[in-house]
Amino acid sequence: MLELLDLLWTFFKIGLFTFGGGYAMIPLITESVVAKGWLETSQLIDFIAISESTPGPFAINIATFVGFNQAGILGSIFATLGVVLPSFIIIVIVAKAFSKFATNKFVLGFLRGVKPVVVGIIFSVAVSFILQNVFSFSFKELGDFIFKWSTIIIFIVVFAMTRIWKKIHPIFIVLVSGIMGLIIYGLIL
Amino acid sequence: MLFTLFWTFFKIGLFTFGGGYAMIPFIHRYAVEKYKWITDEEFLNIIAIAESTPGPIAINSATYIGHKVKGIKGSFFATLGVVIPSMIIITLIAMFFIQFKENVYVEYAFKGIRIGVSILILNAAIRMYKKLDKTILSFLLILVGFALILFEILPVILVIVIGGAIGIIYQITMVRGDENA
Repeated sequence: MLELLDLLWTFFKIGLFTFGGGYAMIPLITESVVAKGWLETSQLIDFIAISESTPGPFAINIATFVGFNQAGILGSIFATLGVVLPSFIIIVIVAKAFSKFATNKFVLGFLRGVKPVVVGIIFSVAVSFILQNVFSFSFKELGDFIFKWSTIIIFIVVFAMTRIWKKIHPIFIVLVSGIMGLIIYGLIL
Repeated sequence: MLFTLFWTFFKIGLFTFGGGYAMIPFIHRYAVEKYKWITDEEFLNIIAIAESTPGPIAINSATYIGHKVKGIKGSFFATLGVVIPSMIIITLIAMFFIQFKENVYVEYAFKGIRIGVSILILNAAIRMYKKLDKTILSFLLILVGFALILFEILPVILVIVIGGAIGIIYQITMVRGDENA
């Protein structure tokens, strides 16, 4: 029971402080779920790819996945309930008086500050993922940058593809980078 | 009516790949065009609400539309509908994930995919940056969020609260009362 409540509370906090979509959750998940040992960083990255390739919002998917791994079906229910409750409660309260809410100076001010901070946070996630997955470097270990042509080629090709074809669906990025990984590591190296 | 709400959001949850924003056209098709639960104006409001409140856009819009149609019961059934497809699919994946991950070819593919995911997140950050007002305050707060999280100086929740507090102070001291948004 304690474990179920821990799942509920952990994901409640994640749901409450996620502004600006699924990717904004990643550092919160790293700090709580990864720190508790419920998930490894590499599993988290793999799961982002799985979530992009399956239906449903990332928040629900990650809550179900972590909850199930910790405590089976009940765990997935409690974790999902946790991540859903803050939105649910806030929307039910706000729905009746949205125009008042949206023009309140505290709400406006709060969002004016939070939006750019969240953009900075997502940039930091992108930079740390790129350092880790392309150059095998992390600030925790402070090792050397490792330059491998294989990872750099995948990075350049996929990044160029997303810049040229801007509306490309995330599933294709997962597919193309997966196929490139398979060819380079499985066949060439 | 409750069943229609549940079933509609179940379909929306089942057929949208790649996160909450992919749901927006589906929600419009069903809730505005087909069932006329909400007007176009309310639909735009929902997106504004979803962006100004915490949590996933899917949950926010299901809760709001459900509430409009049938009060708190409506909220409950619409949210349940949007959540259940994910829960079933991800539970199935979680059951097989471990075995599947031991395959060496799957690991090769995931070595590439991790790079792809890093790029997805970089692009999301660029997209969100483009939508921001380009003020000195924004640039400073982007740097603050970036540095504090990258070097793990402060916990995320604290960083968000600090950003919000700076925004409120700015709004109260610098912005005239008659300015909207």
